[in-house]
Amino acid sequence: MPELPNSTLAATAAEPRTTGATGEGTSVLEAARLVLLRDLTLAFRRRGQLVQPLAFFAIVTTLFPLAISPELARLREVAAGVIWVAALLASLLALESLFRDDAYDGALEQYALSGQPLTGLMFAKTAAHWLLTGLPLALMAPLAALSLGAPAGAVPGIVASIAIGTVALSLIGSIGAALTLGIRRSGVLLALLTLPLSLPVLIFGARASELAIQGASYVAPLELLSALAVLGITLAPLAAAAAVRISLE
Amino acid sequence: MSWTWFHRLGSPPYIYGLARRLTPWLAWPAGALIVAALYGGLVLAPPDYQQGDGFRIIYMHAPSAWMSLMVYTTMAVAAAVGLIWRIKVAHAVAASCAPIGASFTLAALVTGSLWGEPMWGTWWEWDPRLTSELILLFLYLGYMGLRGAIEDAQRADRTSAVLAVVGVVNVPIIHYSVTWWNSLHQAPSVMRVGKPTLSTAMLVPLLMMLLGFTLYFAAVLLVRLRAEILNRERSASWVREVVGT
Repeated sequence: MPELPNSTLAATAAEPRTTGATGEGTSVLEAARLVLLRDLTLAFRRRGQLVQPLAFFAIVTTLFPLAISPELARLREVAAGVIWVAALLASLLALESLFRDDAYDGALEQYALSGQPLTGLMFAKTAAHWLLTGLPLALMAPLAALSLGAPAGAVPGIVASIAIGTVALSLIGSIGAALTLGIRRSGVLLALLTLPLSLPVLIFGARASELAIQGASYVAPLELLSALAVLGITLAPLAAAAAVRISLE
Repeated sequence: MSWTWFHRLGSPPYIYGLARRLTPWLAWPAGALIVAALYGGLVLAPPDYQQGDGFRIIYMHAPSAWMSLMVYTTMAVAAAVGLIWRIKVAHAVAASCAPIGASFTLAALVTGSLWGEPMWGTWWEWDPRLTSELILLFLYLGYMGLRGAIEDAQRADRTSAVLAVVGVVNVPIIHYSVTWWNSLHQAPSVMRVGKPTLSTAMLVPLLMMLLGFTLYFAAVLLVRLRAEILNRERSASWVREVVGT
């Protein structure tokens, strides 16, 4: 495939050439949309794998009442932390497969050669990952929170913090997953690389959830969380694309 | 303007020779400064009015903590230079930095813990400085783990360079979020290291120690760099001449 310096310019050129999935005539947005749809379609064909992080999240949150105490008053104190650590680990668990299959069957190489900016495609893949893990986790979090003694009024705050926080987690994770491409048994290494970088997300996310459980205003940590997510959106796909290119050299 | 001096910096044999010539010029002043600073700090400086002689561990702790950050910055700059201009020697510098930085970080953690026991009454306090230092240690370990896990040397260089650059963007964010987190949970820590409240007799040995540690780092870096270059260029003819086999 010719290496065209492709951009939106090519798409708005006189003759619209909609050749194929990631052909030269396709705009970045269109290519990103196709990558996103492809990842979602593939994921929905293997629903079993889709449920795994959610089941993991449920099991981890079940461990804490068993390990600490069944008293709701005591659980309520640690609920925010438990939910956030479980969400962080569940999101991490799903990361390993983010690029692995695409690297294995050569799709990643095709993306790199397609002439489309790899950054945009990485962003699309990460967005698909968030839709498949982060969003379901956010929707499941109220269940875990209520079972740990959080009041019903805390649900919006917890859902919002997990939904926004997992955006940042998916993006940070995409860098880790791209860096560990091609390494055998990369799971532990991926955790070692990703978890230290995820700490700010954990701090602000758990703080927002805790404030929500206490019935206080959780806007400030939520804003900081959003700032981290925006920073991730702007920078993480660049780093992930650079790492993927290196892994293909 | 002639750029030959700059291009020569990318040549492994030139850097190897330069490192060998520079090492004694850094190592001897480093040793002298550290010995002088130890004398100044442990003997000449007066005991602290609150902490007594316990504060003297600052002469190891603060310079180690300072170096742990400086080495990480050096490593990230070297990695970025290697990544952007594809200079192999820069990657060798980054690779040599990591174990030194991890050692300084560990030294800062251990001395901080030893200092915390008499002062705070506990070996470990979730103080923001100690916590971000611990996270820095994890970053170093992750960097070395990633470098070790990739067999191909060039890919290891470039992949770990991306991680170092990502890490250096994150270090300030991690530091400030940890500080923020901590200020919500406990009162600010008792100690304010490096503030002008330190008297001159205490401050001068600290600054000498800082300079001594920096020179020591430079000297150790050059020694490690030579070993790293020899290992990377082991099939080159100039190595055979240097090693003399």
